[in-house]
Amino acid sequence: MMHNPTLRRASLLTPAIAVILLLIGVPLCLMGWISLLGKGTSSGVDWASLPSVANYVRLVWEEDFDGTMILNSSYLVIFLRSVVLAAVTTIFSLLLGLPVALWMAGLSRTGRDAMLLLITIPFWTNLLVRNYAWLIILREDGWVAKSVNAISPFGPVQLLYNDTAVAIGLTYSFLPFMILPLYTVFEKFDWRLLEAAYDLGATRKRALRRVLLPIATPGIMAGSLLVFIPCLGAFVTPALLGGGKTLMLGNIIQMQFGASRNWPFGASLSVILLAAMLIVMTAMALLRNRRTA
Amino acid sequence: MTDASVPPAVSIRNVSKSFGKGIYTVPVLDDVSLNIDRREFFTLLGPSGCGKTTLLRLIAGFETANAGTIAIEGQDVTAAPPFHRPVNTVFQSYALFPHLTVEQNVAFALVEQGLAREAIRTRVGEALEMVRMGAFARRRPAELSGGQQQRVALARALAPRPRVLLLDEPLSALDLKLRKEMQLELKQLQAEAGITFLFVTHDQEEALTLSDRVAVMQAGKILQMGPPREIYERPTHRFVADFIGDINLLEGEALPGGGVRLGPGAVVPLTCATPGKVTIAIRPERARLATVGEGTLDATVIHSAYLGTAMLHKLGLPDGSTFLLRQSESSGPPPETGSRVGLTLPGEAIRVLLQ
Amino acid sequence: MNPRRFPFTREISLAVMAYLYVPVVVLIAYSFNANRTATIWTHASVSWYGRILENPSIQAAAWNSLVLAVCAATAATLLALLAALSTRRDFLGRGAAETVLNMPLILPEIVVAVATLLLFVALGVHLGLTAMMAAHTAFCIPFAYLPIRARLDGMSGTYEEAAQDLYASRFRTFRRVTMPMLWPGVMAGFTLAFVTSLDDFLTSFFLSGPGTTTLPVYIFSAIRSGISPEINAISAVMLVVSVLLVALSFFLGRLRR
Repeated sequence: MMHNPTLRRASLLTPAIAVILLLIGVPLCLMGWISLLGKGTSSGVDWASLPSVANYVRLVWEEDFDGTMILNSSYLVIFLRSVVLAAVTTIFSLLLGLPVALWMAGLSRTGRDAMLLLITIPFWTNLLVRNYAWLIILREDGWVAKSVNAISPFGPVQLLYNDTAVAIGLTYSFLPFMILPLYTVFEKFDWRLLEAAYDLGATRKRALRRVLLPIATPGIMAGSLLVFIPCLGAFVTPALLGGGKTLMLGNIIQMQFGASRNWPFGASLSVILLAAMLIVMTAMALLRNRRTA
Repeated sequence: MTDASVPPAVSIRNVSKSFGKGIYTVPVLDDVSLNIDRREFFTLLGPSGCGKTTLLRLIAGFETANAGTIAIEGQDVTAAPPFHRPVNTVFQSYALFPHLTVEQNVAFALVEQGLAREAIRTRVGEALEMVRMGAFARRRPAELSGGQQQRVALARALAPRPRVLLLDEPLSALDLKLRKEMQLELKQLQAEAGITFLFVTHDQEEALTLSDRVAVMQAGKILQMGPPREIYERPTHRFVADFIGDINLLEGEALPGGGVRLGPGAVVPLTCATPGKVTIAIRPERARLATVGEGTLDATVIHSAYLGTAMLHKLGLPDGSTFLLRQSESSGPPPETGSRVGLTLPGEAIRVLLQ
Repeated sequence: MNPRRFPFTREISLAVMAYLYVPVVVLIAYSFNANRTATIWTHASVSWYGRILENPSIQAAAWNSLVLAVCAATAATLLALLAALSTRRDFLGRGAAETVLNMPLILPEIVVAVATLLLFVALGVHLGLTAMMAAHTAFCIPFAYLPIRARLDGMSGTYEEAAQDLYASRFRTFRRVTMPMLWPGVMAGFTLAFVTSLDDFLTSFFLSGPGTTTLPVYIFSAIRSGISPEINAISAVMLVVSVLLVALSFFLGRLRR
C-alpha cells in the first residue's frame, strides 16, 4: 500500500497512458517521419532514403515524361470531394438532428430514456453492416430502384455508386453524433426562458431564433465537429456505397497500403488528413472563444 | 462532574486548520481548545462556514490538523487514520451503503473488528432493536424513508460501541415533525447507550434542547461554551446573543460613576469595567411594561401579535429603533396599538456584551 | 401552449427514427429470405443461418473476433479502471491525462490504423491476433474509461469516509465499498469496449495476418465479391449481438443510481 498520493496516482495512471502513447502517439510520429521517405521495393518503405517533401509535392504536381512539373488535380479533387461530402453530411445531420433533439427534450423521463437508447444503439452497431444494409436497399435490382425508375421522368437512374449514395450513407452513419450533444444542451435548458420570451411578445419562430438557437450553439458546434471529423476520414461508406467511383481520402490512403504499396505516400495522405482535422478543430475552438469573449 | 484522574472523552488542544495553499489559504479553525466529558451530550453550534463540521471531521480523522493535538480518552489520535480511532460518525447524508442491506450496513464495522459470526448477529439485532428497526433488517437503504435511514445510520454507528459518537447535522434532512421526534429519541438513546455524543448543528433550538453543554462557534473560534441555560441567559458576545433566540440589543454609554445611559434621562443601574460605548442585551420576556414615565424608557406600541400563551409587542423607542417585548397573559391587559407605554429593564436581566 | 412542443419536430423525429431503423429491419428481413439472389423475396427460411453455422471460415473468423474482443476489452477495462481511480480528484496535469486517454476517440480511425501498421512493420512485429489485441486495447480504453468515470463522478466520497470511520482500512474500503459500488460502471465499460472491439473493421483490416481474419473483415471481403444471403445472415447476427450488449450496458450504467 502506497501512502504517497502522488506516487499512487502516477502508478495507477501510467499503464493506460503508456499503452495509448506507445500504440497511438508513437505510431503517429513515426508516420510523420515515414511520409518524408521514399517508396521501398520489398517492404513498402525505403528506410535508407533521404527525407524529402516529395510525397507532399506529388499531391499537387506530377512529373511529366520530359521532367517538367504539371498540375495533377486527381488528388485535389478527392480531397475536395471529401471536404464537401463531410460538410454536406454535417449540414444534413444538423437539419435532421435539431428537430429530433428538440422533440426528445420535451418528452417524459421514460420517453427520453427510450429515445436515448434508440439513438445510441446504431452508434454501437457495426458500421460495415449498417452500410451494407443500404447497399441492399439501393441496389439496381432492388424494389426501391425499380419503383424510383418507374416514376422517374429522366429515364433509369442509378441510385448506388455516386456522391448522393455516399452522402446518404454518411449521414446515416454519423447522425447520432449530432443528436446526442444537441440533446444534452436541450435537456439542461431552462424552458421558462422560452415562456419568458413568449411573454415578452416573441412569436414561436422568433423565440426559437433569439433564445433557443444561441443556447444550442455549443451543442451545434460539438455535434458538427463529431460528424465532420469521422466523415473526413470515412472509409467504409465510400468503399461500399461509392463503389470505387466516389473516392474519399480514406479510400486512397487504403490503396497506398494495399494495391499501390506506396506506404510513404499513404503516410503523407494520412498526415494531410490529420492536418485538415486539426485545422477544423482549431477553427472551431477559435470561434467558440470569440463567442464567449 | 470532571474527575482529574479520568481523561476527558475528547480533548482538543490548540487546533488550527486551513484549506488551500499559498495566497489561497482559507483559515477554518483558529486555535481551538475544548474538553468534552465522558457521557456528555456536547453540541457545536454555529452558522454554516463557522468551522464546526471541520472540527468534527478532524476528530473523526477525515482531515488532518495543521497544528494542535486531539486525544480521545487520553489517547493521542492526532495523526491516526479514521479506521484507528474509537469514534463513529452519523453523516448528514447518512452515507448508508446502497449495495448492502440494513443488516449488512450495521454489521459493517463489526466485520472489520473481526467479531465472530454469532456475536455479530447478536450485536446487529441489539443495535436495530435499539432504534426500532428490527423489522427492516433485510431491506436496502433505498427502500427506507428518510427517518428510517436516519435510524439505521445511528444503529450502524452505535453497533461497534464507539467511545464517542459524532453526529454531523443528522436531523437536517428531516421535516419538522420527524425532527422533533428524533430529537427526543436521540436524547434517550444517549442515556441508554452511555456514550459521549458530539453533535453538530446550526439549529439553536435543537442545540438548547438536546445538549448538556454547547459551544457557540463563529469564524473558526469558540465564542462561548457552557450549559444551554447559561448560553441563553448570559450570552457574553453580541454574536451569541443574536444567534440564539430573540433578543433586544441596545447601544448605550457606560458612565464613569456607574450605570449605563441609554438615552436622555434613561439610565440603567449596571456597572461596567470601563466607561464608554457598550451594547446591552435583554430577552423579550425579561422586559416589563409600566405606566408612561415610570419605566426606564418610554415607547410606542407599533404592533402586537397573539402567541397563544403570551403577547409579543413590537415597540418603537425614542431613538427610532424597535424593541420586542413578550408579555405573559397573567400580567394584565395588553396595551393598544399606537398607545404610549413605559418600559422597565430590570438590571439583573441585562447583559453587557463583548463585540 | 407548452413551450417544449415545436411544430413538426415529432414528425421529423419519427422520420429520422425510420431512417435509422428501416435499413436494419430490411437487412434482418432479407436474412430470412429463402431465395439465393438475396434481394428477390420468395419465402421465409432460416436456412442461411444453418449455412453460416456450417461454414468453417466464418466459424474461424467469429472465434477470432470473440477471442480478440474478450482479451482487448479485459485489458482496456483494467487499464481504464486504474486510470479512472487516479483521475478522480483534481491534480496538476489531469486535463492533459484525460486528453491522452480520450485521444483514440477523436483521431480518424484509418490514420491510427495505418500508423500502427507502420510501427509494427518497422519493429518487425508479426501481424495477426496479438498485434490486433494490442491495437484494440489502445483504442478501447476511452470506451471503458468514460462509463467508469461517470460512475465514479456520481459516487460521493462520503461512502468511503463512512467505511473508514467504521474501521475499514484503505484496502478493505476499496474492496467492500468502492469496488461493489463501482461494479456496474466497470461492467458497462467492459461491455462497450467489447462491442467496440467486436465491431471494429478498419484496424483489424490492416493488422490481420493470414488466417487471423475477424468477422467484420470477413464480411467486408465477402461484400466485395457480391451480395449474398450468407452475408445477410451473419450481418443480422452481428447486429443483434451488438444491440443486446449495448442495451445491457445501458441498464448496467443506470443500476442503483
